[in-house]
Amino acid sequence: MPFKTDHSRVHGLGAAKTGTTHFWEQRLSAIALVVLTPLFIFPFAYNLGSGYEEVRAAYSHPVNAIIAIAFILTAILHLFQGLQVVIEDYAHGRTELVLMITIRLLCSLFALTGVFAILKIAFTA
Amino acid sequence: MADVNRGNRPLSPHLSIYRMPLNGIMSITHRITGVGMSITAMLIVWWFLAAATSEEYFATANWVMTSWIGDIIMFVSLLAIWYHFCSGVRHLVWDTGSGLGQRRVKRSGIAALITAAVLSLITIILA
Repeated sequence: MPFKTDHSRVHGLGAAKTGTTHFWEQRLSAIALVVLTPLFIFPFAYNLGSGYEEVRAAYSHPVNAIIAIAFILTAILHLFQGLQVVIEDYAHGRTELVLMITIRLLCSLFALTGVFAILKIAFTA
Repeated sequence: MADVNRGNRPLSPHLSIYRMPLNGIMSITHRITGVGMSITAMLIVWWFLAAATSEEYFATANWVMTSWIGDIIMFVSLLAIWYHFCSGVRHLVWDTGSGLGQRRVKRSGIAALITAAVLSLITIILA
C-alpha cells in the first residue's frame, strides 16, 4: 500500500459516483444563464420600483413571463449545483448531509414559488 | 507520487502570509458572489409572490426592496451578478482548454472586471 501511486490505487475502479455528470450539467445551466441573465435583469431592474399594476402588466406579457420563469428555474438550478460543490468542499459528515438536504428542499421550494407566482401574475393580470 | 512521507511534508503556500494573485482573489470572489446571491434569489421570488398575491402585500415587499437597505442589497447584487457572469464566461472559455496561459489569464481577469463594471453601470442607467 505505501508504495502505490494515487493513479494505481484508483485505476480500473470506474467513476466514484456519477463521473462528470454534475460538472457537465452545471456548465449547461451556466451556458443557458449567459443568455437568460441579460434578458431577465434589464426588464427586472426597469420594473423594480414601479407600481403594482405596472409590474403585473409587465409580467403578464408572455415574453417577459416566459423569460422570468426560465431564468428563475435555471438560476435556482445553477445555484443549487454551485452550493452543492461548495458544501462538498467545506463541510463533511453529518453537517454535509444536513446542509445538502436543506439546500435541496429550499431550492425546490423557491423555484416552485417563483414559477407559481409568475404564472399567477401572467394569468390574472 | 508515492506514499513516502505522506502528510508529513512542509506545506506551501502558507495562506496567511501568501499574497494571493489577482486570479486567486477572483476565484474566491466568484464563490462568494455565487453563494451570496442565494439571498437575492429569495428576495426576488418573494417580490414576485407578493405581486401575485395582493396590492397590500406587494406594497410591503416593494417597500423592503426599494428601502435604503433594499437598495444596498440590490446594488451589491447587481455588481455580484455581473461579476459572476463575466467571471463565469471566463471559466467556460477555460473549460474548452484555451486562454490558460499566464498572460492571457491576467488580461482576461482585468477584462472581466471592467466588463462587469460597465454592465452594472448600463443596468443602473437603463433602470
